Amino acid sequence: MSEMRNDLLKTVDRIFDEHCPKPARESAEAGEWPDALWRALEEVGLDRAALPEEAGGSGLDFEDAMLALRRSAYHGAPVPLAETMLAGRLLAAAGLAVPPGALTVAPVQTSDRLRFVQGAPATTLSGTAHRVPWGNLCAHAVVAGELDGKGMVGLVSTSGAARGVDKNLAGEPRALLEFDATALIALAPLKDARARLEAEGALYRSVQMTGALERSLQYCLQYANERVQFGRPIAKFQAIQHMLAVLAGQVAASSAAADAAVEASRLAPDEFAVSVAKSRVGEAAGKGAEIAHQVHGAMGYTREHNLHYSTRRLWSWRDEFGNESYWQSRLGRAVAANGADALWPMLSRR
Amino acid sequence: MHEFRFEPVRLPAAAEALRGEVRAFIAEEVAKGAFTPSRNSWSSYDPDFSRKCGERGYIGMRWPKQYGGHERSALERYVVTEEMLAGGAPVGAHWVADRQSGQQILRYGSDRAKRTILPKIAAGVCFFGIGMSEPDSGSDLAAVRTRATRVEGGWNISGTKVWTSGAHQSNYLIALARTSPKEEDRHAGMTQFIVDLSHPGVSVRPIHNLYGGHDFNEVVFDRFFVADDMVMGEAGMGWKLVTGELAFERSGPDRFLSTYQLLVESIRVIGPDPDERCANEIGRFVAHLATLRRMSTSVAGMLERGAQPIVEAALVKDIGTAFEREIPETFRHLIPTEPTLGDGAGYAELLGMSILRAPGFTIRGGTREILRGMIARGLGMR
Ligand SMILES: Cc1cc2nc3c(=O)[nH]c(=O)nc-3n(C[C@H](O)[C@H](O)[C@H](O)COP(=O)(O)OP(=O)(O)OC[C@H]3O[C@@H](n4cnc5c(N)ncnc54)[C@H](O)[C@@H]3O)c2cc1C
Repeated sequence: MSEMRNDLLKTVDRIFDEHCPKPARESAEAGEWPDALWRALEEVGLDRAALPEEAGGSGLDFEDAMLALRRSAYHGAPVPLAETMLAGRLLAAAGLAVPPGALTVAPVQTSDRLRFVQGAPATTLSGTAHRVPWGNLCAHAVVAGELDGKGMVGLVSTSGAARGVDKNLAGEPRALLEFDATALIALAPLKDARARLEAEGALYRSVQMTGALERSLQYCLQYANERVQFGRPIAKFQAIQHMLAVLAGQVAASSAAADAAVEASRLAPDEFAVSVAKSRVGEAAGKGAEIAHQVHGAMGYTREHNLHYSTRRLWSWRDEFGNESYWQSRLGRAVAANGADALWPMLSRR
Repeated sequence: MHEFRFEPVRLPAAAEALRGEVRAFIAEEVAKGAFTPSRNSWSSYDPDFSRKCGERGYIGMRWPKQYGGHERSALERYVVTEEMLAGGAPVGAHWVADRQSGQQILRYGSDRAKRTILPKIAAGVCFFGIGMSEPDSGSDLAAVRTRATRVEGGWNISGTKVWTSGAHQSNYLIALARTSPKEEDRHAGMTQFIVDLSHPGVSVRPIHNLYGGHDFNEVVFDRFFVADDMVMGEAGMGWKLVTGELAFERSGPDRFLSTYQLLVESIRVIGPDPDERCANEIGRFVAHLATLRRMSTSVAGMLERGAQPIVEAALVKDIGTAFEREIPETFRHLIPTEPTLGDGAGYAELLGMSILRAPGFTIRGGTREILRGMIARGLGMR
């Protein structure tokens, strides 16, 4: 690991250690905006870490930005960091300026469509977007869709658009946003904007799940070495050792799949690598969370223990921006269409 | 933090050029009718094919030229092995010699062993078996009872090895034997020997496997003489050596590609327009495969840097062999076929052989449970 990357990790870990104590997480789950944490992130430029430098980025490369995101998930940080990074990258790719503050994206559900309506004097936005992450707390949303068959990216204010707020299993807000001839602050074409939003969202969730899996493994090792039953730490039982060996395999595979997708997606999300990552890491999320809880016994089932901050995120994130089935099917269809003999040449080119 | 890192590896241009060569070679052989990919696995014995691999420089790739090797990198070797496996080439005759025995001899063999044996392995005309397991020593390898006693100019070996794959078709084994009585440290007092199977004092008897195939054997030594210069390293170093050998045995793409031919043929049978369920499962396997391959190339990169990725190799083997076993279990639902033992039955035969071979995947080279124990140790739990 490079020294710069090491420094970055230290800074990121320090911020999250300082600003993610239990009360901060609980108040975020109660619906409060985690102001101190967000300001600390902004101070070191993490909100802009995934942007190219000319678009106001903080000079980190994409891998570093994704490492920071992974650590934010490791710490269970209740902030729309992934969403802000994603929104910023879409704006930058379309050549639009990135406004300050936390950002979200819409639509995030496959079945939702937002319409850009060309009118005089300006183009407006209409339609409903379900379960927009942090949509009630971010001042702006970056929206993707089509106009005259061309991919477009726009920037809108969310003020007055929220019709209701739900929560995902981790207590992160998911808002229903309704736009009705809403004025666009900015609008520009971007090829396959909608697909890009979806794939890049899937990439970020894969990275985040990897971080949450790493944390789950860490909690397990700590607990297994401390908890004593039958006169010895449960880590000494072979059944526990084997469960954690399996969990370690899931973590290592997730890390490999997510890293590969990040590497392939520096400029724009790589469809194949993202499909692999969201499928593979999503599967590991369910299997890994199951093991983590089994190892923790009843303690892991409490609100008091911190494990749930990781596992509830895993159970939510695996279904956001397309679940495993969705990405596996896309991948499977592409592979089948290319034919059996094209599989190996395709894999070995990666 | 207890974390296994699989750093990404970029394959060098030379490796990619080699990939093209190997692929063309395999295509040529298939076109000539030399073999049918879907009927092979990496244990398929075909000495003609091995000789051709030797001629082309695909065996002993990392070894010094002085010993018939080609001084290529671990990553170039990786590319050749994965192309062979993906292409369904019958590499079984030379596989063990190339993967582990030759490496061992290069590191720990005497000058004579290196000079006389390595060039023949590299030429694809000298084959090896693995002489580790015994009737009372499976996972607990340190329990070996085969004993070597000191005699003039060498050692006399007596005892029985079992499950010795390919011993009936091999020239040599590397055999692990006890050379001094068991002490407090049960890993002390063992030694690895190079055993020439053409010498007197050893008999090889078939042990048929569950489908009636003859892969493994019982190998009985009765005061079998091994000269001093066929001792690996020094007497008593056996445990360290055998552990290193197992790392080579476990680290490669052969630990997740055993049923790759079935995956490919299943995709072919399902066709270009799969239904939702088929698309789903194909996608899942491809996602797993792409991930395993990345982890496995990373292990090759560690070998290239001179590291000993023992735990990492165990981890990739554990998830890789689980993956291999899932392929037949899944496709039998998607392509309703009664699996068969019948020769030439196409898909039904391939499915049948995959089901019948699958139990061995998570046993050979260290059982799943033993691997998980090693991973747990790597996690600091033991
Ligand atoms: C196809 C095939 C080819 C082979 N080829 C060779 C070869 O060429 N040369 C060679 O030397 N050997 C060979 N083997 C043998 C192989 O190395 C052994 O089978 C393996 O090491 C396991 O030993 P065992 O079969 O005696 O099982 P055992 O060790 O008796 O194990 C039986 C069961 O008990 C479990 N178990 C054992 N110990 C523990 C423990 N400490 N904790 C938890 N569970 C445990 C095992 O995981 C397994 O499930 C081959 C095996 C197969 C299947």
